[in-house]
Amino acid sequence: MADVLVNAPKTAKRGAVVEIKALILHPMETGFRPGPNGRIIPRNIIERFTATWNDAEIFSMDMSPAISANPFVSFFAVAAESGVVRLRWTGDEGFVVEEQVAIAVE
Amino acid sequence: MTALRFGIGLAIVFAASYAFAQGMADKGGADKRRSGYRDMGEALQKMQDDDTANPGMLFVQLGSQSWAKAAGAAGKSCADCHGAAATSMKGVAARYPAFPKGADTAVDLEGRINLCRTANQQAEKLPPESRELLALAAYVARQSRGMPIAPPADPRLAPLRAQGAAIWAVRQGQLNLSCVICHDDNAGKKLAGVTIPQAHPTGYPIYRLEWQTLGSLKRRLRNCLVGIRAEAYAYDAPEYVMLGLFLMDRAKGMIVESPGVRP
Amino acid sequence: MDRRRFLAGTAAIIVLPFGTASATPEAMAEAIRKVVGSAAVTEGRVKLDMPPLIENGNTVPLVVSVESPMTAADHVKAIHVFNEKNPQPNVFSARLSPLSGKATVGTRIKLGDSQKIVAIAETSDGRFWSASADVIVTLAACLEEST
Repeated sequence: MADVLVNAPKTAKRGAVVEIKALILHPMETGFRPGPNGRIIPRNIIERFTATWNDAEIFSMDMSPAISANPFVSFFAVAAESGVVRLRWTGDEGFVVEEQVAIAVE
Repeated sequence: MTALRFGIGLAIVFAASYAFAQGMADKGGADKRRSGYRDMGEALQKMQDDDTANPGMLFVQLGSQSWAKAAGAAGKSCADCHGAAATSMKGVAARYPAFPKGADTAVDLEGRINLCRTANQQAEKLPPESRELLALAAYVARQSRGMPIAPPADPRLAPLRAQGAAIWAVRQGQLNLSCVICHDDNAGKKLAGVTIPQAHPTGYPIYRLEWQTLGSLKRRLRNCLVGIRAEAYAYDAPEYVMLGLFLMDRAKGMIVESPGVRP
Repeated sequence: MDRRRFLAGTAAIIVLPFGTASATPEAMAEAIRKVVGSAAVTEGRVKLDMPPLIENGNTVPLVVSVESPMTAADHVKAIHVFNEKNPQPNVFSARLSPLSGKATVGTRIKLGDSQKIVAIAETSDGRFWSASADVIVTLAACLEEST
């Protein structure tokens, strides 16, 4: 996906704890701000971010309008075995974006 | 709400301009120029420094994709002519605005990208502050990060630069302020809770937290004009290029940080 | 000195119009109660890292870390962050597990005003731990309008 920037190590020692960082382009419109015409701009936020490692959930975050535009999330995970980390953002207006990165565990 | 904000803004600016009437101390000696980066707290400096955390890098990544994508009737991508941006675009943002080859007027980096669009790609101009234009500008500017700002010696730029200097110095708007009053005479002091920056264009396009997105020097200049209650020049006005030329010369030798993060 | 006092005065005036449609310390307490139920919340184990002076409330970096071995028997299940003065008291709720390895979460949040932020961690034994931070959001002089 063009609008996601994910940073994770490509390789990790077995059992090591690795940091995963993700940025995504999204306005995170709060639903509390008036637009130029004086009317409230409808809420448009990412509501949920989840991360799985070989399909097992390693992290999730329920977001509110108080999360900044272009949300940044960093979290950690145990490198148990080689595989795929899948990140998924879902939100208002049917927003769904998925991104995956491979991490080789040695 | 707007009227209230305006009133308060007015009061603050007047208070500031009176209180700071004594002006700055001596300017001789060592280089006292400082990038707005140095006025930021550690958290924002770290946000800019870390490519995996700098939100401007989202746009750099988008720009790298646009760079490789064919556009326009010519069906050519930037990469088809310029190859790898890492080599061909190195230093370009450090020397713009400039006269492109064969052009009869100076343009800024965004203007240069749009010249390529219309002349070489036979595509539509990208609108000012559009995501794709900012992304391409950020991608190109990123290739100059760490390099000193180096305006070209082209003599054709001198009169434009002088016009930029004149705009910089003239009082305008309902607050009757010039750029000089804030950014030369009172830089480093506080206006409301914020340190007045010296206004060096070291990090453009910048990810400005106020905007919650990436924006160009043009947008920043328009903000200042609105701030002093002056009418902003039209988006395609030559004044922005003139100011850009003046500011890049004023920041000559300072280091390109693009994409910068600013409050 | 006089100028400073004057500016401090104007800052106080600016704050007023934002006060109306906001969450309150009571709303935050209520939101916290919804998460912890009747359990006690103990201060400690949690570290809430935020810059004390915030240059722009649109993007405030925040890191919550909790002391925990993160084993199957003893780990952090969730980290919640709340605020006092945004329109809504909830900021985020993160779920962790022993697969997390380290109970540290970073993100960036919006703060409309100077206020108290509270982070609460729920451990696998059903207990709740907290930390709080008072942050000052500085006010910009020149705001962008429709340019």
